[in-house]
Amino acid sequence: MKLVVTIVGKDRVGIIAMVSNILAENNVNILNINQNIMDGFFNMVMIAEMGDSKIKLAELQKLLHEKGEEINLDIKAQHQEIFNVMHKI
Amino acid sequence: MITIDDILETNRMITENKLDVRTITMGISLRDCAHPNITQFCQNVYDKITRSAEFLVKTGEDIEAEYGIPIIHKRVSVTPIAIAAEACKTDTYVPVAEAMDRAAREVGINFIGGFSALVEKGYTSGDRILINSIPQALASTELVCSSVNLGSTKAGINMDCVREMGEVIKRTAELTRDREAIGCAKLVVFSNAPGDNPFMAGAFHGVSEAEKVVSVGVSGPGVVKHALEDLKGADFTEVAETIKKTAFKITRVGQLVAREASKRLGVPFGIIDLSLAPTPAVGDSVAHILEEMGLESCGAPGTTAALALLNDAVKKGGLMASSHVGGLSGAFIPVSEDAGMINAVARGSLSIEKLEAMTCVCSVGLDMIAIAGDTSAATISGIIADEAAIGMINNKTTAVRVIPVPGKKVGDSVEFGGLLGYCPIVPVKSEYSSAAFIARGGRIPAPIRSLTN
Repeated sequence: MKLVVTIVGKDRVGIIAMVSNILAENNVNILNINQNIMDGFFNMVMIAEMGDSKIKLAELQKLLHEKGEEINLDIKAQHQEIFNVMHKI
Repeated sequence: MITIDDILETNRMITENKLDVRTITMGISLRDCAHPNITQFCQNVYDKITRSAEFLVKTGEDIEAEYGIPIIHKRVSVTPIAIAAEACKTDTYVPVAEAMDRAAREVGINFIGGFSALVEKGYTSGDRILINSIPQALASTELVCSSVNLGSTKAGINMDCVREMGEVIKRTAELTRDREAIGCAKLVVFSNAPGDNPFMAGAFHGVSEAEKVVSVGVSGPGVVKHALEDLKGADFTEVAETIKKTAFKITRVGQLVAREASKRLGVPFGIIDLSLAPTPAVGDSVAHILEEMGLESCGAPGTTAALALLNDAVKKGGLMASSHVGGLSGAFIPVSEDAGMINAVARGSLSIEKLEAMTCVCSVGLDMIAIAGDTSAATISGIIADEAAIGMINNKTTAVRVIPVPGKKVGDSVEFGGLLGYCPIVPVKSEYSSAAFIARGGRIPAPIRSLTN
């Protein structure tokens, strides 16, 4: 299953490292990273594959959310299909 | 390949513009529950609902988490009880409503619809028992919703039932007067009611439906309003195009949720109801869309035209996004559930007469309107007759859900709580009587447009 991880918040050192670490620890493979900074705000979108992962999506979501809250970032992980259906015919 | 902009747009719709899937509703046929003993019938109903919908809430929550799209309600609709319970040897269906209420609690849903009768052409004995049971049923349950269809383009209007429903609404208000007449917020009187509507309070599982179906009602007034904010001064072609594109996106999400829910529950997909359903939350209002089009306040001249454009564009955009469309499909205008409508009533720009005109072009009818407690049953029946006539002649669904709040008068307001919202008492022209008109009874014949063969 392909996953879209979005991270929004104030820029700081080590955001990508932190998120990548959590994904790596859970055997979630990052396929694509897209990132920009607008007005000091960090926007990042990762596409990842969690087919080989043992962790359940709900647990991963919780983990990312909690880690994000610690450093004032909003981190979401969603099934990719919602974006496909909305933006592709 | 989806772009970062697409992803951020979707998530902005969800977080900032309150995009959600309003309801996943499972329709369940109760036609196989019939039994002459009402206690046994109630047990059959309870068992069938709890067995069929056991995983409905859990499935909804799983989908919600996985895709990151809020699914506000998980609900159940059943075969109209007047039909399902007709074999019972009894003079009241209140115990059936109580069994539905218990079943709804057991499976964790927040409303169950189908305490209903379809009487547009006439009553059966079950229809009469059901209608007599409505006030007590709504007073002694919390989650049960009731509806009565008393008119259609094909059959005309049952004016005996129009008269009776005015009285039923008054009695329901009286029996729930300690809770701001909340019973009336769970009672809808329809003309041309669809059998596949997933929205409460008017949902029931139509007699021509399959054994079980899963239908989804989408929403998203905030998303449409946001899209129009970038179009200041643009002409209506552009406005309509933008609404269509937005409705398409919203509906695609609804279709995804419906497909997943159907697959996981092992229940066939019914329909998507393409609706803009407001909530009292700021940023989730249909009235604010109309105001965004350039009206200073909802109810100003031009409001009906604005709503007509909105309603039509939502359907055109949504239609392409779903394999099966049905239900009510359009923009709802429930007064107490829409922050913009509430404000418009409070500042005096929106009257019940203007709302009546708007019901000619919106998805349903006069919805969630609190009126003075001393409004007579005949006046309420007059309002119902007018709405039913609009539905009958225009081949559309219309409905009345008014709440005559005991002890309240114009100038007061009433708080229903939660998604039912609050509402200033809306003035009704009740100084002129409709009593002699309503007392006639009988049937208004089906209109010429019913003869389509």
